[in-house]
Amino acid sequence: MDPLLFGDNQFFGINHMSEEKARNQAMRFQDVSAIMELLDAAYDEGVRTFMCTTHDRVVEICDVMRANPERYKDFIFYPCMPYAHKYANAVTDHGMVGALTHFMPEGGFMSTIMKSGKVLASKDVEGIAEVLIDVEMKMFKGLNTPVIFMQNVFVDLLLGLGFTKVFRTFHDHVIKTYNAEPGFITMNTPMLHAALEEEGIMNPIICSNINKIGFRMSGGLDAYLHTLKTKQIRAIAMSVLASGAIPPEEAISWLSEQPNIQSLLFGASSRRNIISTRNLANKYMNANVQPRMEGAS
Amino acid sequence: MSNRIKIAVVGLGKMGLSHFSMVNAHPDVEAVACDTSGFWVDVLSKNTKASYYKDYTKMLDEAGLDAVVIATPSRAHDPMVRAALEKGLHVFCEKPFSLNWEEALRLADMAEDKGLVNQVGYHYRYVGAFREMKRLLDAGAIGTVTHVLAEAYGPVVLRENKKSWRTQKSEGGGCLYDYAAHPLNLLNWYFGEPARVSGSVLNSIYSKDIDDEVFSTLQFDGGPTAQLTVNWSDESHRKMTTRISMIGTNGRLYADRQECQLYLRQPIEGLEDYIKGWNVKYTTELTENAWFYLRGEEYSNQLDDFICAVRDGKSASPENSFRSAAMTDKCIALIQADHEAAAEVLKPKIAAEPTASKRGWFGRK
Repeated sequence: MDPLLFGDNQFFGINHMSEEKARNQAMRFQDVSAIMELLDAAYDEGVRTFMCTTHDRVVEICDVMRANPERYKDFIFYPCMPYAHKYANAVTDHGMVGALTHFMPEGGFMSTIMKSGKVLASKDVEGIAEVLIDVEMKMFKGLNTPVIFMQNVFVDLLLGLGFTKVFRTFHDHVIKTYNAEPGFITMNTPMLHAALEEEGIMNPIICSNINKIGFRMSGGLDAYLHTLKTKQIRAIAMSVLASGAIPPEEAISWLSEQPNIQSLLFGASSRRNIISTRNLANKYMNANVQPRMEGAS
Repeated sequence: MSNRIKIAVVGLGKMGLSHFSMVNAHPDVEAVACDTSGFWVDVLSKNTKASYYKDYTKMLDEAGLDAVVIATPSRAHDPMVRAALEKGLHVFCEKPFSLNWEEALRLADMAEDKGLVNQVGYHYRYVGAFREMKRLLDAGAIGTVTHVLAEAYGPVVLRENKKSWRTQKSEGGGCLYDYAAHPLNLLNWYFGEPARVSGSVLNSIYSKDIDDEVFSTLQFDGGPTAQLTVNWSDESHRKMTTRISMIGTNGRLYADRQECQLYLRQPIEGLEDYIKGWNVKYTTELTENAWFYLRGEEYSNQLDDFICAVRDGKSASPENSFRSAAMTDKCIALIQADHEAAAEVLKPKIAAEPTASKRGWFGRK
């Protein structure tokens, strides 16, 4: 994994600090060309991995990439699925079973099973999960997706329910079908790590908030640090600045002292911010991220 | 494990499933679930360790419970809460508590008489910024409050929906019960029960039988006048957004889920961290970590308060008692009655959904 991963919150009106700021960003990135401009800036400054939700609008980004294969030959996507709001809205409109049926390809085997209303066997649940992964992955056809993530709302729902078999299904399907590594986003790293080990998933890629003030780190900062120090884990740190509560230099310098951090996932809405995060990562984390030769400023 | 308390989550719909996930993850709880429709019970009973029931009465008789979390359609709350209280169980119930506020008061009496922990899921009282607003109000930060605006917007009904309990008024569907109840409950928290409810309008936009937007004016005796404006057919919001703004003789106070802003004309003794002029506190400093995070600390922390009260043998939870929720139920009834008493006015003709914006289920082909 690259040491720096570029996130997508700023593109889709998600800001954990201010609704006003979130709306301004949604306006600014309404047009895909504004998104591409920033992704181009990140790419040229050496941040070539884009970790993104399988949001409808990512389709447009994928189309641009596919149309310019030479330009984007080193560009990497880390898809995160599912896009939860899409499912939540469908459940409101159609109920739980109706929503699942809707997302199944029409006339497929799984769709038929869902509609039959029959009791679902374990293998059916596996089959449904696999079909849903394939549906979400469709938009990335022909693009580079070496790590594929399950989104936190879904991971944490399953984790709480104790329905951890789905993690195994996801893990196996991602490796087998996409020749990619599975990753898990969570707000509960210590609990998730233990659950994944129980499912026989060793040295997992786990992406979660990791910041000096323990913001949104369920189980607490100490439990997180214990997991990082004593377990086999490939951690991706997000919300390192705790939505702006910690100054960048202090936040990244602290992060560099923690073990087993493989990557830093960050968001930015300008080239200047991308460069300053990159420079801090180079200074403190030995990230060694350099601008690409062509196109860099 | 005998030292853990046994809690059943009843109704595995959207709220129930996430409640069950959080309760099941709690270290002090042995969780049980109950749902009449087969889907989740079938799937979960085959794949997880918890026990599941399809029959509520049977579960109350057999499961050896300490408490129930009720997340069934609103119409079903009354009999289910009553049955649980009769068995001596502590009860957490989803909002709105009861569609009949007099019954809500009777249930509050019953729970209090029996010394049982009783709580309703008004989670906004657990959002850091709204809690801070409460603290600042109680400290008299903005002086005498006269002017209040309570809003909620979100993208729930953007076209005519398929029939479910949420699309039927008699079952507790509609924007008033589902959305407006939240800012209304915050107003009750801040200012108590309104003395007068007027100017109430409940409008359907896309729905056949229920309201999609709500307006009302609430006047509090010796307190402010508040305007309530709520619309759940607003696609420009990614999810439900609730905001409260108020003006008082010493300034202005605003809160949403992310931040609490305070403008002070003069600094206030006892609020040393707030200066004259503008002050902003963000969710990062107003939020406490939960034992388990699924969709927001507020959802976890309200359940944690309930669970800890039951575990520690208390007879009440710190927030959102049945009695406080009954006040909100009563306000809902007052708004409804005020609306019905008003003269009919011709409604706007709703334009057809613009076809260009229509997307396929996959949003892509």
